[in-house]
Amino acid sequence: MAGHTQSSGRPNQWLRNLNAKIASVPMILTAVVIFLGGTIWTVVYSFTNSKLLPRLTFVGFDQYERLWDAPRWLVSVQNLAIYGIFSLIFSLVIGFVLAALMDQKIRFENTFRTIMLYPFALSFIVTGLVWQWLLNPEFGIQSVVRSLGWETFTFDPLYNADIVIYGILIAALWQGTGLVMCLMLAGLRGIDEDIWKAARVDGIPMWKTYIFVIIPMMRGVFITTLVIIASGIVKVYDLVVAQTSGGPGIASEVPAKYVYDYMFQAQNLGQGFAASTMMLITVAIIIVPWAYLEFGGGRKRV
Amino acid sequence: MQNVSVSVKDLSLSFGAVTVLDTLNLDIKDGEFLVLLGSSGCGKSTLLNCIAGLLDVSDGQIFIKNKNVTWEEPKDRGIGMVFQSYALYPQMSVEKNLSFGLQVAKVPKEEIDKRVSRAAEILQIQPLLKRKPSELSGGQRQRVAIGRALVRDVDVFLFDEPLSNLDAKLRSELRVEIKRLHQSLKNTMIYVTHDQIEALTLADRIAVMKSGVIQQLADPMTIYNAPENLFVAGFIGSPSMNFFRGELQLRDQRAYVHVNGVDFDVSAYPSRAPFVNGQKVVLGLRPEHVRVDETASGAQASHRATVDIEEPMGADNLLWLKLAGQSMSVRIAGQRRYAPGTAVTLSFDMAVASIFDATSENRL
Amino acid sequence: MSDIVAFNSVAEEAAPKAQAQRVLAGPRGAKPRRALSGRNIMIYGTLVVVALYYLLPLYVMVMTSLKGMPEIRLGNIFAPPVEITFEPWVKAWASACTGLNCDGLSRGFWNSVRITVPSTLVSIAIASVNGYALANWRFKGAELFFTILIVGAFIPYQVMIYPIVIVLREMGIYGTLTGLIIVHTIFGMPILTLLFRNYFAGLPEELFKAARVDGAGFWTIYFKIMLPMSLPIFVVAMILQVTGIWNDFLFGVVFTRPEYYPMTVQLNNIVNSVQGVKEYNVNMAATILTGAVPLFVYFVSGRLFVRGIAAGAVKG
Repeated sequence: MAGHTQSSGRPNQWLRNLNAKIASVPMILTAVVIFLGGTIWTVVYSFTNSKLLPRLTFVGFDQYERLWDAPRWLVSVQNLAIYGIFSLIFSLVIGFVLAALMDQKIRFENTFRTIMLYPFALSFIVTGLVWQWLLNPEFGIQSVVRSLGWETFTFDPLYNADIVIYGILIAALWQGTGLVMCLMLAGLRGIDEDIWKAARVDGIPMWKTYIFVIIPMMRGVFITTLVIIASGIVKVYDLVVAQTSGGPGIASEVPAKYVYDYMFQAQNLGQGFAASTMMLITVAIIIVPWAYLEFGGGRKRV
Repeated sequence: MQNVSVSVKDLSLSFGAVTVLDTLNLDIKDGEFLVLLGSSGCGKSTLLNCIAGLLDVSDGQIFIKNKNVTWEEPKDRGIGMVFQSYALYPQMSVEKNLSFGLQVAKVPKEEIDKRVSRAAEILQIQPLLKRKPSELSGGQRQRVAIGRALVRDVDVFLFDEPLSNLDAKLRSELRVEIKRLHQSLKNTMIYVTHDQIEALTLADRIAVMKSGVIQQLADPMTIYNAPENLFVAGFIGSPSMNFFRGELQLRDQRAYVHVNGVDFDVSAYPSRAPFVNGQKVVLGLRPEHVRVDETASGAQASHRATVDIEEPMGADNLLWLKLAGQSMSVRIAGQRRYAPGTAVTLSFDMAVASIFDATSENRL
Repeated sequence: MSDIVAFNSVAEEAAPKAQAQRVLAGPRGAKPRRALSGRNIMIYGTLVVVALYYLLPLYVMVMTSLKGMPEIRLGNIFAPPVEITFEPWVKAWASACTGLNCDGLSRGFWNSVRITVPSTLVSIAIASVNGYALANWRFKGAELFFTILIVGAFIPYQVMIYPIVIVLREMGIYGTLTGLIIVHTIFGMPILTLLFRNYFAGLPEELFKAARVDGAGFWTIYFKIMLPMSLPIFVVAMILQVTGIWNDFLFGVVFTRPEYYPMTVQLNNIVNSVQGVKEYNVNMAATILTGAVPLFVYFVSGRLFVRGIAAGAVKG
């Protein structure tokens, strides 16, 4: 083979696939500089006493101690917990039941789905303002029920510090359950028709089939939905701003609002960074086990 | 060396720890139709993709027309390729599909038109030129796909399981057409398939592959009649060759393979090396190389068997029999029927049998 | 069978005939179905009630926006307007006050258009090329960056906002529309890249190989082969981005100056401004106007929207 001419040298490793690399520059920059760099930056500066401007004067866990001493932060965390737990449970249950109803080969399925999903197309600001109006005690649902003769009827969650977070929950469920329903419906549709036929031949009642056969089979859909809802919960911000602005008083404050207010209004950056790092930790607690189950443990995908 | 078209030297390819091709060597002659045959995962498609330049090799060299193309781009290798899923550009008309590559290469318009119409004529797809691929049948699509390789005016055609997506009838039609095409064009063709019928009917030579290694490289009849090892013997032929594991016994100037108390006289076998007494071997008998008699004749009286199951196939009849404690298949021409339970006598033509060493699995 | 016949003939001679008739008289043909079975009433009843619950806020919004303030103060929110007036709509659009200015939502609307259109185009252009490179032109390390990107999609925005403010300030575009467009491109990237990567990876790989054998390179394959085949996914991405960016509030507040505030921010400022008398009809008209664009996209796109949000649900 000595006679063969070596017509082309091995291309430089860096130049190989050059176009793909150039095309990926925005992605690489975003991933490394913004997502990775930005996160590390925020975490690092949460250990400083930055006020109006970021400064690298480290103060250890000072900001975190102050954070967990602040009543407003404690209320925020408590609100988030209540809001989170209830919206998880309600949206999963309601979403699944609606999906199961939609899966009964009904007529007008498209119409029903369109109606249930349209709130999801709206901004949280729009949702918040509509429900602010509906829950207005002077003109809203409370006044309508009272005008029907039930004079003592009281339903004013947005003006009652004890239950204001539930008022926000109602609005959030109105906006979000349609999506959960759609995800669940897709999951139900993904189940082999033959499972239903087999259950029917075996004479298993429908509700039993759902609970003992279908729901276990939809484990993957449930987990994905759970992660989607959960990561949305942590970020809840616009809805609160629109519906209550955190009021009455500080009764409906949430962590995301705490971060924003401290970073851009109270000009206490260190507190903002510490609070946002806490949010990051919360998300990590949700995501890491899920990512491990989904992509780690033997790559077993459901 | 002058008439070598494609030459693969010590080619290796591994993805991480997985070795797909292992120091593979292959010379393909000018104008030869070479079939790479093997079951899925044997590396045949990988090898073809390496030759095409669609996969980067880990080690070794590839020469096409005596030019080292190991690091060349696919377009610079002088190859045309036909894919299993046709891979026609769905949004382009047939004509556009055929001319796309030439336009990319900035071939002058008149030249493109000339080549496209010539390819369309050869493949008889002129009436389809204005249509979109979605408006074509499977057979027509594959014809266009072949046309796309044709217009490139190249020396080497690569086929990656081109007929696997077609139904049985179309497959045999297009098989004949590809053979005709090869006869008239006389290009080098490398053809990957898992279908042994395609391999046997089309190939000048077949390379049977397993686990990234070529098991045997020979013309179809040699592959069929004298498989080099147990794998090739079992892979080629349908139903597959009957195997009997036994021991070689030399007595009375004759050689026998002793299997479960039954002796097969293999004195007539054209062994490459002298038989060794006591050697563990595998005797391979093709179903069509067995003769069946209903009357018990004296000479081969020991090979008595009973019909277990009968599978009439129209042109021939497949019998499943019990012999030497195991099941074996026999193909008999014609429509002669055998009811299950019929006692028959078998005789074998050992000149066309195969014997393999039981441990090395290589042909003796 | 013969046993049965024997038994019957012993019992009575006419029996076999009677049996035959009984067989003929049994259920035959289509099984009758009652349209109003208890099950159906329950299913449709529940769904209708649920649908009413979902529609109620929209209904109230529209009704309120068509009433005059006196009627609102007297009547109930569910009652249709006695006297329809479009005054609130005009005011919401042209002269409602935010506390800073009094030119209504129109300013926010045009700002949102100026933000949404370029952000959508830029983010889709970049993400589609990214996804294409990841699906078809894998290079060493690409998967690592992609993984960081996807993990990043789950990080709360609040964690990354301030570093971005600093970067944009250094570049001199903090507070400008350009800055906001970049921010939307960045935060749209994970989900869009995933969307396009999966779509391109789902296209037959042999097409890509065929194009390479035909001599087409990175950009030729992208523009001539991939783009024309990917219209649906581009529409999905567009739906996702248009609704997502239009509905954004946080980035609008953080990354723009008041004169560039998008419609959502403007709306919130109008409704929640503490000055003046609350004009609920104007507020509701403004709310509908802000929701109109995504609602329009939603109703026009139908099934594609469902696909888009199923993909986009992972987003931020």
